[in-house]
Amino acid sequence: MANSVNRAIAEPARHDEHHHEEHHDLEGLRMMGFWIFLITDCILFGTLFATYVVLSGSYAGGPAGAELFEMPGIIAETFILLTSSFTSGLAVLSMNRGDRKGLIGWLIVTVLLGAAFITLEVTEFMTLVHEGASISTSAFWSAFYTLVGTHGLHVSIGLVWMIAIMIQLGRHGINSVTRRKVNIVSLYWHFLDVVWIFVFTIVYMMGVM
Amino acid sequence: MMKGLRRLTAVVSLFAMAILMTGCSDKLLVLNPKGAVGKQQLDLILISTVLCLVVIVPVLILTFYIVWKYRHKPDSTTKYEPEWEHSTKLEAIWWGIPIVIIIILAIVTARYTYNLEPSKPLEHEAKPLVIQVTSLDWKWLFQYPEQGIATVNYLQFPEDVPVRFELTSDAPMNSFWIPQLGGQIYTMSGMAMKLHLIADEPGSYLGMGANFSGREFGKMQFTAKATSQEEFDTWVKQVKGSSPPLTDEGYEQLAIPSVSDVTTYSSIPEGLFNRIVTKYGGHNHGSGGEDANGHSEHDAREEEVATESPESTNHDSSNHEGHTNHE
Amino acid sequence: MLDKIKEFASEFFVTGDPLIYGADVSIGLTLIAVVTALTYFKKWTWLWRDWLTTVDHKKIGIMYVIASLLMLFRGGVDALLMRTQLAIPDAEFLSPEHYNQIFTTHGVIMILFMAMPLMFGLFNLVIPLQIGARDVAFPFLNSLSFWLFFFGAMLFNVSFVIGGSPDAGWLAYPPLSEMSHSPGVGQDFYIWGIQISGIGSLMTGINFVVTILKMRTPGMKLMKMPMFTWSVLSSSLTILLAFPILTVTLALLFIDRYFGAHFFTLDGGGNPMMYINLIWMWGHPEVYIIVLPAFGIFSEIVATFSKKRLFGYKSMVFALMSISLFSFFTWAHHFFTMGSGANVNIFFAITTMIIAIPTGVKVFNWLFTMFRGRISFKTPMLWTIGFIPCFIVGGMTGVLLSVAPADFQFHNSYFLIAHFHQVIIGGVAFGFFAGLYYWWPKVFGFKLNEKIGKWAFWTWNIGFYVCFMPQYVLGLMGMTRRVSSYGWDKGWYELNLTSTIGGFLMGIGFLFQVWQILHSIKFMEKDTTGDPWGGRTLEWSIPSPAPVYNFATLPQADEKDPWWEEKRRLAEGGAPKPQSKLEPIHMPKNSGVPFIMSAFWFVAGFGLVFDWLWMAIPGLIGVGACMLYHSFNYNTDYYIPVDEIKRTEAAARRVI
Repeated sequence: MANSVNRAIAEPARHDEHHHEEHHDLEGLRMMGFWIFLITDCILFGTLFATYVVLSGSYAGGPAGAELFEMPGIIAETFILLTSSFTSGLAVLSMNRGDRKGLIGWLIVTVLLGAAFITLEVTEFMTLVHEGASISTSAFWSAFYTLVGTHGLHVSIGLVWMIAIMIQLGRHGINSVTRRKVNIVSLYWHFLDVVWIFVFTIVYMMGVM
Repeated sequence: MMKGLRRLTAVVSLFAMAILMTGCSDKLLVLNPKGAVGKQQLDLILISTVLCLVVIVPVLILTFYIVWKYRHKPDSTTKYEPEWEHSTKLEAIWWGIPIVIIIILAIVTARYTYNLEPSKPLEHEAKPLVIQVTSLDWKWLFQYPEQGIATVNYLQFPEDVPVRFELTSDAPMNSFWIPQLGGQIYTMSGMAMKLHLIADEPGSYLGMGANFSGREFGKMQFTAKATSQEEFDTWVKQVKGSSPPLTDEGYEQLAIPSVSDVTTYSSIPEGLFNRIVTKYGGHNHGSGGEDANGHSEHDAREEEVATESPESTNHDSSNHEGHTNHE
Repeated sequence: MLDKIKEFASEFFVTGDPLIYGADVSIGLTLIAVVTALTYFKKWTWLWRDWLTTVDHKKIGIMYVIASLLMLFRGGVDALLMRTQLAIPDAEFLSPEHYNQIFTTHGVIMILFMAMPLMFGLFNLVIPLQIGARDVAFPFLNSLSFWLFFFGAMLFNVSFVIGGSPDAGWLAYPPLSEMSHSPGVGQDFYIWGIQISGIGSLMTGINFVVTILKMRTPGMKLMKMPMFTWSVLSSSLTILLAFPILTVTLALLFIDRYFGAHFFTLDGGGNPMMYINLIWMWGHPEVYIIVLPAFGIFSEIVATFSKKRLFGYKSMVFALMSISLFSFFTWAHHFFTMGSGANVNIFFAITTMIIAIPTGVKVFNWLFTMFRGRISFKTPMLWTIGFIPCFIVGGMTGVLLSVAPADFQFHNSYFLIAHFHQVIIGGVAFGFFAGLYYWWPKVFGFKLNEKIGKWAFWTWNIGFYVCFMPQYVLGLMGMTRRVSSYGWDKGWYELNLTSTIGGFLMGIGFLFQVWQILHSIKFMEKDTTGDPWGGRTLEWSIPSPAPVYNFATLPQADEKDPWWEEKRRLAEGGAPKPQSKLEPIHMPKNSGVPFIMSAFWFVAGFGLVFDWLWMAIPGLIGVGACMLYHSFNYNTDYYIPVDEIKRTEAAARRVI
């Protein structure tokens, strides 16, 4: 494997296919780089989860999580995010068929679902603050907002990123570069989905139980 | 094995002392302990040093020998084997030796760690004297609950009587260290740590705050004076008779960040130490705490720490905010 | 109005100390001189085109080295100021506030802004050449990493003249580093300076893992990689696992300070001990991150200057990897005295001791590489030989410290200070110096003067022992770290004075190095061979300095020391390896985005430090805009035509 990349760099451009193959290998490198980035992101979330667990009983006289969590809204958030993960998968499938319209269409659906998720989350946060649980209320709430908020921030960045990729798809069509970008953003989206499942279980389910 | 080690250690340490300590023996506090804990720690330091030297000295000699012998000269006659790159036998030897040494050291360390666990009471017929230590910005408050007195930056206790220090902090973390009596332990807010020490002979020992806690932390030094029991009792009486009492307001004043001289107080407010501990919630601090607090011995104080109500926390934390604003 | 401005200025700028005014003036003068020189010699476009926007790993490496040497100067001045204060009892050269700031910045700068970038510089200068690659996997990201480090370091250093330096120690334990005890902006400079450069370090880690795993030249299997490459791989993997923890820890501290959260506060249920655990879960691996590449460097140098294969290759690889694994399970040995109980302490004591085993094995393997060799004492080898005894002793005191109950007596004393300086100076600094001397001809095309280099080596070495051996004894005398003065009654005077003298000797050693570089630039002793030391690995098979594309054709590397074997084949009358036909070479284009984006990070960081949202928000928007701009840019590469390659190779006096 190691060699193919260099060889590709060394033997370019006799034909277009060569060009193509070489880009393909560079894109493979980038894909691997992104996987490694995800490992670091896992550790980032892992650390946040650990701090959350350590501080999960530190209410300091403030309200407990179970008193304020409103599960219906959170379950709705969960379903929306899971669905968006599914639609981002459909987008990749469309891309693999070479269907640009289907790809952009499913990406739009994914973005809309993601935006709905963020809206619900922001509403939830605002309600919580209104009910007297802000980030400075106690260590528990600090950890809660930081963990859930970091996930939300990741989702928001993903939204902007997806929109940017849609515009690029409009400009350049499906080629090796845009293909890699769609694959990466979809991978990212699935990853956030998995993180959310942990958030849902550890923060909300175990918090309420 | 331990005995043999100790004997070897004794020989080497005599030798080391002869070289190292001529002229300045009493300055090397760690190597000149005056209490059982410090003495055991010194034993351990010497044992581990010897174990390390067993490997280190031959390696150092080998280094100089190889570098000298195989240096390049125009007419080098030493053996030259540029392709020689592996020898299972040799490599097994130098994986093996450190492994053996580390196993021995690990066993020694484990045994001493249990023996010297700071929260464990010392074996001694005398009843331990309790001293409650609070590190403040930038001074030490010592309370003697049984005698009902308190001091700042000065400790006195009888020799040959175990002292049980209960330690907490009402400021950034510090570390309580009297090198000649034994090793240090952190003082942390919201927790009551324990440290047992004993002085085998009377004397004035240097004590200090070993962990950086802000601007004037270097001034957090104190004298720990071990005296005879009679002298100690006289001192307590004298303090009771001539010093002002420590009040809650007085404590608030004391807690304001500043440097302080030696002070003594004839009485202490009821339950002040526990209030300092519970002020910060008295919760479990991560990996710390549990073992140190829980397993050794239970007393009423700790129960109090565990069962504080949410209201009191709230109240106290606002108190705390009041005091940190002074800065 | 004027009063308001005056009041603002007196808080904004650090005032009151002649030392700082002096620094202000010299910083101002240097800036003016640089700007004037660039304008006078019409070098602005050159600076922008050839350096600020470059994505060439060799140039990025040079910039890392220059920046880290500047930081070494600053960190060293900090150290000498401290040693001057401690030279005599009751000195009033520095106030306690000032002293606290200086030991804080000394630690941060030496580890994060000196050792790390010097290490990354060597990664960049050497790795692609050593594995036969044309660049790193992600050249754009590489440039971004550098500029993030650079602007992070600048942000941290700005605190010296604006707002005030941090003063809560290099790891900033809360609650001391919280708003309640450090309300000034120094701590925020600390957070953002490290955070911004830390993101860069994380990306460098990703970059080199992919580079090493995927970009090796044909034939170079993993178990045929040069040892330095192995050490970089193990170090980069450690970065991947450790740095996210630092990012989170600093972010939580920031959230505490900025939003009034309660992660590590005394009140509100916060848990300062959690910070200490988290920061050391990064901090301990960090120590190994910087020392592992040094081990790699020594392995290369020992083999080259003994003219012999590296002994025990497999053991060495296994040792590197096991050290980076175990480095994650030792963090609590930094606070045995926290009262975590005997079982916890025993666990961490033993994991710490275990690390001594592979480390010891490495020493034996270096010794037996020299055994039956032909050792020549060129400067890189001198530093290596100086390193071995120094590291052995430092390692031994490390084992002593790992014995938990004994550590109760060593902890927080000068014994500890002496130990970690011995392994970090004796291991890391000596290692990186050795590497710098070793690869200097490859990077710049000329050698460094050996005679001045020897002076530098001896002053550094003697200075080191004079400085730090007394500190072990001071620790046993009960002198605690971070005290800014001590009384005459303590009896610490003689040894402290000795230690200070040693510190200044090392300072003189640094001056020798500067002189060595300047002297060598003036009397340039060109390296025309490309292989001045009789090297063994691929970087020595190409001209010095390497052409922009590194290798005209990719070398075939079927053996462990491919260049050594090739030279031997040629000497035995064999034919050189057939080289494949020249092809146009695909290269990444320069980009200004990394520089601009990092500058925006600086703006955002500065705004957040002072809580100026009008500054922070545009800064962050700028960062986002740069990312989007880069994402939309599809014109990022070009080809070097065959003719140009031929011309370049001919100019390097190599016939094709």
